Amino acid sequence: MTDPVMRVRGLRKRFGGVCATDDVSLDVLVGETHAIIGPNGAGKTTLLSLLSGQLKPDGGSVIFNGRDVTRLPAHARAHVGIARSFQVTSVFADLTVHDNVALAVQAHHGHSFRLWHPVRKERSLREPAFELLRVMGLDDRADWIAGNLSHGERRQLELAMALAGAPKLLLLDEPMAGMGSDETARMIEILGSLDGQAMLLIEHDMDAVFTLADRISVLVSGRIIATGLPDHIRANEEVRRAYLGESV
Amino acid sequence: MDVGLFVVQFLNGLQLGILLFLLASGLTLTFGIMDFVNLAHGSFYMVGAFICASLTLATGSFIWGVVLAIPLITAVGFVTEWLVIRHLYRRDHLDHVLATFGLILVFDTSVQLIWGPAGIALPLPAWLNGQVTFPGGIVFPTFRLLIIATGLIIAAGLYILVNHTRLGMLIRAGASNRTMVGALGVDIKTLFSAVFALGAALAGIAGMLISPITEASIGMGNEIIITAFVVIIIGGIGSMKGAFLAALLVGLIDTLGRAFLDDLFKFVMTTNAAETAAPAVSAMLIYIMMAAILAVRPQGLFPPKVR
Amino acid sequence: MSERPAIRTARSVEGSVAQQRGFAGRFSLARRLTLVGLVVLAAVPVLAYLAGNTFWLDIFTRLTILSIAAVSLNLILGFGGLVSFGHAAFLGLGAYAVGIPVHHSINGGFDAIASTNGLFHIALAVGVSAAYALVTGAISLRTRGVYFIMITMAFGQMVFYAAVSISAYGGDDGLTIYERSSLPFISLDNPLALFAWCYGSLLAALFVVHRIVNSRFGVVIRGAKGNEERIGALGFDAYRYRLLAYVISGVMCGYAGALLGNFTTFISPAMMDWTRSGELLFMVILGGAGAVAGPVVGASVFLLLEEVMSRFTIYWHLPFGILLIGCVLFVRGGISGLLGQPAGRRDD
Repeated sequence: MTDPVMRVRGLRKRFGGVCATDDVSLDVLVGETHAIIGPNGAGKTTLLSLLSGQLKPDGGSVIFNGRDVTRLPAHARAHVGIARSFQVTSVFADLTVHDNVALAVQAHHGHSFRLWHPVRKERSLREPAFELLRVMGLDDRADWIAGNLSHGERRQLELAMALAGAPKLLLLDEPMAGMGSDETARMIEILGSLDGQAMLLIEHDMDAVFTLADRISVLVSGRIIATGLPDHIRANEEVRRAYLGESV
Repeated sequence: MDVGLFVVQFLNGLQLGILLFLLASGLTLTFGIMDFVNLAHGSFYMVGAFICASLTLATGSFIWGVVLAIPLITAVGFVTEWLVIRHLYRRDHLDHVLATFGLILVFDTSVQLIWGPAGIALPLPAWLNGQVTFPGGIVFPTFRLLIIATGLIIAAGLYILVNHTRLGMLIRAGASNRTMVGALGVDIKTLFSAVFALGAALAGIAGMLISPITEASIGMGNEIIITAFVVIIIGGIGSMKGAFLAALLVGLIDTLGRAFLDDLFKFVMTTNAAETAAPAVSAMLIYIMMAAILAVRPQGLFPPKVR
Repeated sequence: MSERPAIRTARSVEGSVAQQRGFAGRFSLARRLTLVGLVVLAAVPVLAYLAGNTFWLDIFTRLTILSIAAVSLNLILGFGGLVSFGHAAFLGLGAYAVGIPVHHSINGGFDAIASTNGLFHIALAVGVSAAYALVTGAISLRTRGVYFIMITMAFGQMVFYAAVSISAYGGDDGLTIYERSSLPFISLDNPLALFAWCYGSLLAALFVVHRIVNSRFGVVIRGAKGNEERIGALGFDAYRYRLLAYVISGVMCGYAGALLGNFTTFISPAMMDWTRSGELLFMVILGGAGAVAGPVVGASVFLLLEEVMSRFTIYWHLPFGILLIGCVLFVRGGISGLLGQPAGRRDD
């Protein structure tokens, strides 16, 4: 039994009087798609930000591939193999789609204190970036300004950027949010095709969750109330009461 | 070192600090409540001084000059807010900075048009022009004591206003949650107008208080506004308490530094070196202090908890 | 001139390429206009001078120098989103880096620094600017938004007051020098040569900024401007990149200061007053920040307005100020819109 990719123990975060993350412990196993579900305000995004480094916890630990990254800054976590997408789509709106992904590739491809050579001529960046766009189905939008993409396309772009560094762990914050059914189906297909990619996924769309997830953790008011296989979660009394509703 | 000289300079430092607080309080209120950066705040300082100067010369009394000038400068504040400022609240801080920079140009030239390019000296009544003698034979100008006293009274008033009145509650609430306050039926527009005008009045009063000493002159606002910024940066932008403490700190350091740095330097270097270096270093002192504080606490000493 | 293969260019119709900024403006129209503008910038003063008129040469020399300063500011402002309100300090530092050595070489007193060697002056200007940028940038860049604006302003004033209080170099009254930097091959006493030097420097500055902005480093800076959280999540420590950009910008502006000192031969703390920094900001913004050559346009408009308006009245600052306010209020999206920032509140 191999070690989990990410091991979270006793993570805590308070904002003023509110305990957003309350003694959270979970594991993300190698190659698994681990979904986090929970009602609004449960602290899912806070948890993700603690794992990706945008926030620092008040207590607890985050071990990534055996390494303690609890207090490591976000930009350093990207280099150890953690990649994330944001709940509110976060791309470089002024750059082209291709530039966006190339920049993501660039982060993992040598240093960027190069001030002279035109970056658009670097095929070692442009080609892998274009390949990622092709996988996402965005290749015909390559020269569009990212700000002009539709919402769904921007989420796809974000995913492409997250994948650009061949991350060991993907942290996805509601990748399907705001998408129509076609786009959602497409995204599920893409995520499903990422075989062997360890992934921690926050999602509200239950169909997507039960299709994709190997395991599910349920977060309510900052605490994990259940973790397990999808069927177990579906049947769990406490979860049904807190979140899923009897109709599931 | 002469104790008497130290006490005098200490009091001078307090006086400068109080003046800076009057300026900084308006700045920090405007920033804390409306999230608005007002470069032209120093212009109210200047215009207040000039209005007071004219009224003092017209009525023959400095006290009357001040009393009549206060509502006038408040009105100038209201009009400025109504014409220009209120259209910019939703804009980027850069827009605030650029627009108020333009305002400075407008105010500076307008003052020049109305009052001419030269400064105006204000005569003080005899009873204010004298000196007070402290135990130990230390002598200090009466007027400067008055400035300190007035400033402290106003500071106390602001404290009561912000912490113990309904308006103060709205001010503090407005800072943290604009929409909520609006939903409570309070007219945000009036609130912002009032806060801005209050700030203008405070700046104007500061200008009025200093002008008998330094005379009312064009450009007086531009010099002191940066110092006021340093104060609120050190104190924490948006914090009244921070502004008060930082203002006193800056006033004291600046004054005492200019007065005694060359003496201090003479302990460690030659007289010549000391006399060349001291003026430059003392001019830079408050900025060096600002830099040192920021290096450790980029948000200032007392940043407000709610924003 | 497109760097992309033809097949993709043919498909990029939907208005997006048309909005590209920063990569040397929009397509070749902008390129061609820039070229024409630069030619005019050289032709007018030179021809006027050859016809016996030095007035235009003077104005255009000053214009090229301020353009270099504005171009340097645009690197961090238009492309990096950093609003530095203290850039005039670099102009002053560069000017004093010329003035002080020349002063000592004529009047004696500080042999280590006395020199009329132009290369030494430039090296000194660059060195002092770099050191100042490194120290103040390291502190300022830890802050955001309005704090950054105020802190750069404060540091600028610090240098101003320091200069005012050093009476050995004139203090408030300024420093007049009676010799210009001596450079190999050209004599800066010849106004045409001085202009040529400044103009050549402007071309070099434009080229350098163009390369930087299109490089790996440049694209990180530009990404950090629009979306700092995202650039960190990708793996870039924005602080280090910005610091380097700030130093480069400061050095370029310091160099412009050295040119300014040579041009005016009168160096005073007034060059570094924060209101001068405000003027530089306006030049960048009037010209449309985010285009490499934009600041040249902005500087031209600004100086032109200044020249024209000051002939009508000595109170020209009044309509000028109103114009500035009007620009901010009524230009669509605010002037920040021109900067490529979304109109309305940003998360500082």
